[in-house]
Amino acid sequence: MKNLDEKYIKEIYQLIKSLLTFCKYELTINKGEINLNCSVKDLTRILLFLKDNPSLGMECLIDITAVDFPEKNARFMVVYSLLSISKNFRLKVKVNVSEDSALPSINEIYSCAGWCEREIWDLFGIRFKDHPDLRRLLTDYDFQGHPLRKDFPLTGFTQVKYDNELSRIVTEPVKLDQEYRNFDNLSPWEGMGSYLPGDEKSDHKND
Amino acid sequence: MTKRENYSLNFGPQHPAAHGVLRLVLELDGEVVERADPHIGLLHRGTEKLIENKTYIQALPYFDRLDYVSPMCQEHAYSLAIEKLLDIDVPPRGQFIRVMFSEVTRILNHILNLTTFALDVGAMTPFLWLFEEREVMMEFYERVSGSRLHSAYFRPGGVHRDLPDGLVEDIASFCDRFPKKIDDLEKLLETNRIFRQRSVDIGKINKEEALNKGFSGPCLRASGVEWDLRRNQPYDCYSELDFKIPIGTNGDCFERFLVRVEEMRQSIVIIKQCLKKLPVGPSISDDPRIVPPKRNQMKSSMESLINHFKLFTEGFHVPNGETYTCVEAPKGEFGVYLISDGTNKPYRCKIRAPGFAFLQSTEFLSKGHMLSDLVAIIGSLDIVFGEIDR
Repeated sequence: MKNLDEKYIKEIYQLIKSLLTFCKYELTINKGEINLNCSVKDLTRILLFLKDNPSLGMECLIDITAVDFPEKNARFMVVYSLLSISKNFRLKVKVNVSEDSALPSINEIYSCAGWCEREIWDLFGIRFKDHPDLRRLLTDYDFQGHPLRKDFPLTGFTQVKYDNELSRIVTEPVKLDQEYRNFDNLSPWEGMGSYLPGDEKSDHKND
Repeated sequence: MTKRENYSLNFGPQHPAAHGVLRLVLELDGEVVERADPHIGLLHRGTEKLIENKTYIQALPYFDRLDYVSPMCQEHAYSLAIEKLLDIDVPPRGQFIRVMFSEVTRILNHILNLTTFALDVGAMTPFLWLFEEREVMMEFYERVSGSRLHSAYFRPGGVHRDLPDGLVEDIASFCDRFPKKIDDLEKLLETNRIFRQRSVDIGKINKEEALNKGFSGPCLRASGVEWDLRRNQPYDCYSELDFKIPIGTNGDCFERFLVRVEEMRQSIVIIKQCLKKLPVGPSISDDPRIVPPKRNQMKSSMESLINHFKLFTEGFHVPNGETYTCVEAPKGEFGVYLISDGTNKPYRCKIRAPGFAFLQSTEFLSKGHMLSDLVAIIGSLDIVFGEIDR
């Protein structure tokens, strides 16, 4: 956060660096927020350590979320946001995972992880090993696909309606009365650089 | 002896005590809840997906529609996140107006929650008394933003418009009048035998469990954890204001109620301070890259007109980066995890809703309680489906 002063964040950064020595990871500070990148196999160990170490005391799992980068090899980045109430700082633990591999469930470590993992399974299709109850959470009961993936269209594939004749709800392919209008407002104009044509005699280096 | 079997009950999705569209699959042993499995998502609108397809400023009104009883606090989180990525500052007057309206929002939210909770356990009067006041506060909303509910008032860089004439005086007179109503509410319920029987020692959760379950806000404080983002990780001008943080000890439904009642009093204290300290000056940043020009400028200046057109078609570009920014919303920690890729649309916007964690622990809280207590538990957790289902 803006207000937590940078010196304190640096202290915490050094503290984590000095305590967490049993595996490889990458620790960075970005806009006053500490990020920790690690590999999938170390994830459980690191989270358990962060939670149980009394000088860090990250007793609260705020949220788990995923981000889809379709062009990357390991397509998804899963982010665990942790909060230490006793030490008053936040930390994001990030792992990269590909479409066909699974993550370990951390339901045993933080009991609020259960629904977060279900949500990620539902919206991104990332599987969690040993999750007690990996059902869909937010989408409809017989929903197909994972809507927050970048290759899932905004309008979806199916629509539902109540059919009077059949007296039940039917699912049919999406039919839009008007094509979804996605205006590309991005301007190709990027403003002027410092290069001035015909100004070769000046001392300024052209870029 | 005859064999006894547990009884399965489908609670909701349409049930007045479910506070929205909650479907609970319950397994009852007689009248005692053995298992509660909440089925959510009946109000899922794909907000996060929609936000990825909108420009930053177009995405803002979606935040009003998440937790629709505390809209401004959520705009606050989103605006703060964008401001952090853009690295722009909010002028002091803008900060004070935002904080003041965040607290108005807190009172709005707590009135709805406390009175409907009381209604769930059988007390109708508080609902009738306090909804009148709620209407008065929504009028304040209307006067600053033009709408009672979905205000879209907090913008990146400040607030959309400055306060209209006379509003400061009206809010001040409201602040003088309202504590009496809080006292009435408390007097009516605190010592009421029925209310106590329905809420004391119901849905208890201790400190450790509350933290482990991801609780935040009044529900966490009722369990005895002194944690308030307004104090511990202050944003905008909260660090300049003086207020108390009520905490409980037991973490039952009754204490969650008491914590909220006291929070309303503290909100009044904060609003009064804001009114007193309200600085003069602009209420929104003057950075033309983000903030649209004023209407009368557009009438005379071509550049302003172009600027306005570009801001509302292309929108502003946010540099590469990511942030998790959160505010103390009335229900708890409301966070926005925003990733930008340098274009005019967010690459990913994850919304962290406080109610999500509360609802997840319904089974834990209601196990072993009676079916009727489940209603009290849901009421005391302050659940709104707009934010849970997103």
